[in-house]
Amino acid sequence: MTRNIFFYLILCFFFFIFSSFNSYSFDDLKLKKQNWTFTGLFGRYDTGSLKRGLQIYQEVCSACHGVKRLRFRELQAIGFTNEQIKEYASTFEILDGPNDKGEMYTRFGNPGDTFIMPFQNEQEARAAFGGAYPPDLSLITKARKNGPDYIYSLLTGYEDPPVNLNLSDGLYYNPYKEGKIIAMAPPLYDAAIQYIDQTNPSLHQLSYDIVNFLNWAAEPELEKRKSLGLKVLLFLIVLTSLLYVTMKEIWSRIEK
Amino acid sequence: MVKKFKNKTLAWLDYRLPVFSVLHEALVTHPTPRNLNYWWNFGSLAGITLLIMIVSGLVLSMHYVPHVDHAFDSVEHIMRDVNYGWLIRYIHSVGASMFFLIVYIHIARGLYYGSYKSPREVLWGLGIIIFMLMIATSFLGYTLPWGQMSFWGATVITNIFTAIPLIGDNIITWIWGGYSIDNPTLNRFYSLHFLIPFLIVGVVFFHIVALHKFGSNNPVGIDLTNKKEKIPFHPYYTIKDLFGFGIFFTIFSLFIFFAPNVLGHPDNYIPADPLVTPSHIVPEWYFLPFYAMLRAVPDKLLGVIVMLSSLFILFIIPWLDTCKIRSSKFRPFYKQFYWIFIFNFFILMWVGSKVPEGYFLIISRISTIYYFAHFLIVMPLLGKFEKTLPVPNNIFVISQKK
Repeated sequence: MTRNIFFYLILCFFFFIFSSFNSYSFDDLKLKKQNWTFTGLFGRYDTGSLKRGLQIYQEVCSACHGVKRLRFRELQAIGFTNEQIKEYASTFEILDGPNDKGEMYTRFGNPGDTFIMPFQNEQEARAAFGGAYPPDLSLITKARKNGPDYIYSLLTGYEDPPVNLNLSDGLYYNPYKEGKIIAMAPPLYDAAIQYIDQTNPSLHQLSYDIVNFLNWAAEPELEKRKSLGLKVLLFLIVLTSLLYVTMKEIWSRIEK
Repeated sequence: MVKKFKNKTLAWLDYRLPVFSVLHEALVTHPTPRNLNYWWNFGSLAGITLLIMIVSGLVLSMHYVPHVDHAFDSVEHIMRDVNYGWLIRYIHSVGASMFFLIVYIHIARGLYYGSYKSPREVLWGLGIIIFMLMIATSFLGYTLPWGQMSFWGATVITNIFTAIPLIGDNIITWIWGGYSIDNPTLNRFYSLHFLIPFLIVGVVFFHIVALHKFGSNNPVGIDLTNKKEKIPFHPYYTIKDLFGFGIFFTIFSLFIFFAPNVLGHPDNYIPADPLVTPSHIVPEWYFLPFYAMLRAVPDKLLGVIVMLSSLFILFIIPWLDTCKIRSSKFRPFYKQFYWIFIFNFFILMWVGSKVPEGYFLIISRISTIYYFAHFLIVMPLLGKFEKTLPVPNNIFVISQKK
């Protein structure tokens, strides 16, 4: 009896969590759920997809967005060698300073630099985009409910606006965006870029790859976290079983 | 009964400073009812969680920067650059939820088995003080990452003080340290978030002193007079508590390693922006029932009074409950009302996450009224009219029946 209630309460708790978090959505529009490789107990990143995602970021997203919390040296995790990282970083020009004459100067990037946005400040960005500000993408998949599926749905979800809706210049219709109106022009479309690894650049493939890359940028610790988690769980299950047997043994002394 | 230690140094020291014999009494010989079920594990679980929170919080405080321009970045610095910083932060953030889950179950156990009744009223009251300090600590802690929900949650909650008549506006300026939530607010919240857990430790100490005065209540709810009804704390309850830790750490780890953000709100990964209000400001899940009661009342001041009363009423339930029998096992009617109360609490939690409009508002009002009715009407009246079952005079009768 007691155990049943115990179980029931914990079940209630979990049910509550998952039901309440689904209820934050604005309407009944279902996200386009994808099979991400990084979910679940054994989740891992798909390195090929991350590399393609980096290429998309570089050729498309980086025109407006930064990933300022990601350092070039972290590209090691997606298969870059130290030499490649140095070479890659040096293709960026970074504003630094002041030097000992008190002047700002530009230099080539090094592995410790980050993917900053292509604007000096928020004001410059807003001026360039008619008042809209392209957010930094470092945490974007964590900062939205069901982040990966949301970003995927948003990128593939652009539609023509309903006839009765007149959008001013620079605004687009996307049912997945809160308020359905978005200032970002559709960034991806079939064959938007040519992949280095010759993968077919369909809209699905491009969106899938960039979300993988962005999720990695948001949670670079994910693989380490999950593999450590499995070991910790295994240890705790064995330890708890042993403690249970020990408890039964000790309590048997008085239960006669 | 002072323990004689064989080790001479220990005996010499203990003769002058009897901490060892006190600890020996508390953790080894303390006579404990032999019929405690697993619901009695949650006290020690709350203790270990408090310890985990203090240790993980201490490490976080070594890397965190309490400044509006750096707080969010310093948390991301912890997540990305500090060795195992992500682990320490997730332990701390998931740990807060776990702490509340455990303490809610601990309180629910006390309510079911009448652990608040004479002579344990003070023990119960100290527990409620701990619970209130926990609420304050977790609210202050949630503002520290300085994300959108941190900032706007702090805005909503500190605005409660403006409900105070006449001096409300002055008080809020004093609390904020300015005319809006800004750097002085963050600084003092950090400082208080660091302080209050140690106050909790102090009250926990008194909670344990009060507990050891009469010992634990038990599922039968009777005073144990027979020596055979009690067993030494060690090894029986040390091993049982350790087993409980094992189960708890397993569940805790599932969250830390595989769903660390499921209990939080995504908006808190957006840096705080005083110019952009989130479409839907919600507190953490453990505040939702009280948030629901706050918003169920149309008047601001009355809403605040209702919310505070929902907590303070817990102090007086030892006197509101007129039934002398402690355990609900022998109170067939109270037992029904108890489960309705628990269900109602979940309903409050659920409506607390909704926008208070239409049906949700009606549900939250009915649930709020029921919450108070349970304490103010059901408890005093049932004690007088309920036909209770016969209570055995020792715990062995029960265990033989099973």
